[in-house]
Formats: sequence, structure tokens, C-alpha cells
Amino acid sequence: MDLYEHQGKDVFRAHGIATPRGIVATTGEEAADATRELGGRSVVKVQVQIGGRGKGGGVVLVDSPERAAEEAERMLRDGFKDMPVTRVLVEELLPIAQEYYTSFVLDRSAGDYLGMMTAEGGMDIEELAATRPEAIRRVHVDPMLGLRTYHVRELTGTLPPEAREGAADVLRKLAEILTDRDATLVEVNPLVLLEDGRVVALDAKVTVDDNALWRQPDIDELRSSFPIDPVEARAKATGLQYVKLDGDVGIIGNGAGLVMSTLDVVAQAGAKAANFLDVGGGASADLMATSLEVILSDPAVKAVLINIFGGITRCDLVAQGVLEALARIDANVPIVVRLDGTNARLGREILNEAAHPRIVAATTMLEAAQRAADLAKAAA
Amino acid sequence: MSVLIGAGTRLVVQGITGREGTFHTLRNRDYGTQVVAGVTPGKAAADVEGIPVFDTVVDAIRETGANTSMIFVPPRFAAEAILEAADAGIALVVCITEGIPVRDMANVHSYLKGVPTTLVGPNCPGVISPGAANVGIIPGEICAQGRVGLVSRSGTLVYQIVHELTQEGLGQSTCVGMGGDPVHGIGFIESLAAFQADDGTDLVVMVGEIGGDDEERAAAFIAEHVTKPVVGYIAGFEAPPGKRMGHAGAIVTGSKGTAAAKAEALEAAGVRVGRTPTQVAELVKATLG
Repeated sequence: MDLYEHQGKDVFRAHGIATPRGIVATTGEEAADATRELGGRSVVKVQVQIGGRGKGGGVVLVDSPERAAEEAERMLRDGFKDMPVTRVLVEELLPIAQEYYTSFVLDRSAGDYLGMMTAEGGMDIEELAATRPEAIRRVHVDPMLGLRTYHVRELTGTLPPEAREGAADVLRKLAEILTDRDATLVEVNPLVLLEDGRVVALDAKVTVDDNALWRQPDIDELRSSFPIDPVEARAKATGLQYVKLDGDVGIIGNGAGLVMSTLDVVAQAGAKAANFLDVGGGASADLMATSLEVILSDPAVKAVLINIFGGITRCDLVAQGVLEALARIDANVPIVVRLDGTNARLGREILNEAAHPRIVAATTMLEAAQRAADLAKAAA
Repeated sequence: MSVLIGAGTRLVVQGITGREGTFHTLRNRDYGTQVVAGVTPGKAAADVEGIPVFDTVVDAIRETGANTSMIFVPPRFAAEAILEAADAGIALVVCITEGIPVRDMANVHSYLKGVPTTLVGPNCPGVISPGAANVGIIPGEICAQGRVGLVSRSGTLVYQIVHELTQEGLGQSTCVGMGGDPVHGIGFIESLAAFQADDGTDLVVMVGEIGGDDEERAAAFIAEHVTKPVVGYIAGFEAPPGKRMGHAGAIVTGSKGTAAAKAEALEAAGVRVGRTPTQVAELVKATLG
């Protein structure tokens, strides 16, 4: 789960990392009040779960409460990169001497945590990594041994002497967040040295492992603060993985790999998928029915493709679920069904006997994708 | 011949008394796997359809000579179960459990560096050597005995591609479902090395998907070390680009993790990449002649 900046900073402060004074605002008026409280000037920062805010107009310095209100209203009205915006963070302006970059991230390849630091902070960190990788210091941290003193010396050694002690303190606390809060990413861009010598986290990107939220209840509670498409919300509540896309063939499959492969094969058949929907393993009849309802609630869908390869999932239950859904709702688009694997023959027989006018049986994945693509094109 | 599991496999199932654990244990036994023991703390002295249940893996090994473990323990306790098996001296651990916190797996990964245990998974469908042994949840009836090795990150794509191979009359030596978790046991490289060394394997199919850089690193390994033909498949050309928070992930891998970049890396290493599961089977057939 990706936290908003202000939530990440709450975590930072709870672990003793200094951040600027900030106030969350949900209206222009609140942003103006916050700016007044911070001394009449502030920085207004859009709160979204994606990066690239600085370049995209999502971080704006303002010199009056009125300007703060204006910018906050614009961000709340226009959203950011097609994401809805429900809040902004209004922060005090600090006298910055220098900007750095630091992060710890789970390194999938190495199976440990990678710590990074560079004295060249700012927005083009990825470009720096590509053009002058030697400018970024890196250490691999064994999860069982934790961050050692020599790691800290290595990373902070790239900073000017006056920043090292403060930065070392931040590093130790970031590493603590990795283990105590099950974070898979903590990134500070920029970490700044102030004119008075303090080292402060001006930004916070924190990602927490979804599989560990059961032991991070206060972070789990933040889940409700993120906007979500109503159809996606309904899918999530029933345990389905659903992502809306912009095509017109509705897709239901089991297993992320097979569903991704189905999107690809539909594209090769000349159509575009309307969504990604993974019913997961062991799908019941009821789950199938809900999936179909979710897909059919999208008006862009002109045809549906159900592609199931049963392992744990039983195809007879899938067939029953499709029929149950069609008894509950009025489907006005064709539904192509391909069943293979556990109890596939039984599933196909159930659909055959029902002889529902909307159901189109297909025997292979390729054939199913072609039929669904053709039907969607014919209806468009 | 096969890799990882075969006629010599003596299986202990950790979490044997759970619903899924019991169901798949019995399916594996019906397939012909020697299932010699189960472990569920506090349920020793019980048995599951004639399979003795022990309190600890150490007891199971002492009493039955188990050398391979399959784990169906719930996610909160699964990392502990892997450590227990490794510590007891189990040579191969296959962890089916989905949803283990990644920090727990990072600790396991660190521990396993110092011991000779091989881990497959977690969050994987397991391993099958058709005709010899099945450890996991891959449906045995879609496989056929033969000389194609297969390794995949995705579970259901193992099924789809094995099915396509079998339909074309192309049997398999071993199919490895390595699982898709960020920190996991053996990957493409270890599997490719095992298949390269296996007399019973003539060709390897590797099935990847978007995200991470496992496929890119496998491509580099193939160029250096694999002389047997490799056919690839990558899922996710049409998948929506995942939203990304920070920069750190991209700096680590230096890769965008896209399907196109992965396919390109594999092709540059001499791997023929099929664009559909059906095409993968056709390429295998054409390559083997």
C-alpha cells in the first residue's frame, strides 16, 4: 500500500525523523487558513499515490493565503494525472542550504534491502542513476543483521561533513521503519540540510507490504483514505482483482498470469480488453456470478470472455456461477466461455444443457479470444 | 529423468490437516508421489488416510526418512515452517502458501544462504515430474511424460502452456512453478541450470511476466551457460502500466520491467519467444523437429 506524503510523514515523525510543519487541507479555505498559521507563505502539495508531482504542477510555492486557496482549489478540482485529489498538504517554507536523496527499498533480486544516498538531490534522480551511477552510493542490508555502522559511514560519506551526523540519524530511523512497519520502500527526495545545520525530510514516500497489514493495524486503517472507482471497490470487497481498462471486451480469468495472457491474445485478435479481472484460485459459483455482474455493470463492454483453466478452481462451479449470474441480471451482450482443467467436461455439459442464448462456447483460448473480439467489433 | 523431484522423493506435508493441505496431499499420493508423513503441531499420533502426522519436521524425518517438504501452512506461520524444514535438513522445500509478508521471506532468504536446502515458492503451484512425482497443486492429468522442461512465474500459465504442449504430443521432464512473490526461492536461473544438467531434458520453456528483472537476468544467464534450446513466453504486453511511487525501484533494476523489454532481452540471447501460449507449443515442436 502506497501512503500519501502526509501519512508517510506521520510515520517518519513517529520514528523521530524531522519534517517541516504541515497541515492537511481539503478545501481552498482550509489551505488559506493553514498558510496564515504558517506565517503567510507556504508550499501547497497535492496528495496522490504517484510520483512526478514537482514536474507536473503538483507542488507550488505561494506567498499569500489567497494564492494558497487558489492553488489548492485548482488541485482539488482538476485532479492530478487523471487521479482524483481529495486533499493537499500545506507546509512551512524552510531555509534550505543543500538537497540530497536517500532511500531504502526491498531488492527483489538480492532478497535484501538496498540503501541508497546521493549528494545530488532533486527531481532527476533516475537520470542520474542512468548517466552517472557512481554518484549514488549503495549498500545491501541483510534483513537479519540490520543496518550496520559501516553501512551508515559508507552512505553518509558522500555528503559534506556538516550534514553527515544528521543524515546518519535519518538513515537509522528509516531502517527502523523498514522492519518495524513492514515497509518495502522508504524514500526521501529531497532530504535537506537547512541553513541552521538541521537535516529534515522534505518529502516522504512510504510503501507498506500488503501481506503484512494484519500486523500493522494503524496503517491498515489508512486504506479508506484512498479514492477508488466504485466498480473496483465492489470487486475488492468480494476478493476479486479488478482493474478498469479502456477497451470493450470484458475479461474474466483465473490467475494473474493467465488473465494478462488473455488480454494479450485478445489484442492480437484485434480488440481491446475492457478490464483485468482475476477471480483467483478456487472460485465459487457465487464469486463467478459477482464477477460477471461487475463486468456487465461497465457500459463499455460489448462482449465478455471468460477464460478459466481449473487447477484448484473447478469448472463445474464456474459454469453454475455463470448461469446463476444470468438468472439474476439481464445480460445484453454475448458471453464467450472457455473452460479447461479440473472438471472442464462437466462444466461444458452444464452450459450445453442450459443452452442460454447469450453463451457462446469455445474450446481453446485462441478461438475464444477471436470469437469475443469479433463479437465486440460486430456490436460496436 | 527429471529435476528437483522424482522416484526418490519422500514427501512430508507441513499443514497436512488443513482442508487444502489434506486435499492436495491425497491428490499427490494418488498421482504416485511417496507421501510418507505430515506435520501439524499438536496433532501428532493422528493420521490422514494412513499418513502418520508428527509434531515436528525433525520427528517426521527420524521416523520416515522424509527428504522433501510441501508447505500448506497459513501465511502468518509459513516462513517459520520453511525455517523449521531447512533447519531439520530437508533438501527441497516447496511452499504453496500465498500471502507471506515479504520481510519474513527476506529473513528466510538470508538464512537459506548458509544451508544446503533448496526452496521453491512461496505462492507457487509446486513442481511435477510427470509419471514420477507431483508435489503441489498442478493438475497431473494435463501433463505427459517427456523431454521438455518448463519453468514459470505464473501458476495458471503453467497449466495453459503444459496443456498446449501435451496437446501437441510434447511431454515434460519436470514443470517448475517458481511463484511470483518478490522474494522467493529458486528462479529461472537455478531452474535453467538444473535443466541444462539433466539428461532427460532436451529443451526448456520459460514463462515470464511483467515486473522485476528476473527475465532479463535469465537472458544473460542463457547467453553464457545454456546450450540447450530455450523457448520463452512473456505475459502482460497489454497490462496497464503499474503506478509507481518512488524512483528507487527503477534505479535498482535499471529496467522498466515491461513485456516488450523482456521479450527483447530473451530474443537477443537466442531465445525464441512465442506471442501466445499456442505459439509456444508450435515453436517447441518446430525446434525439436
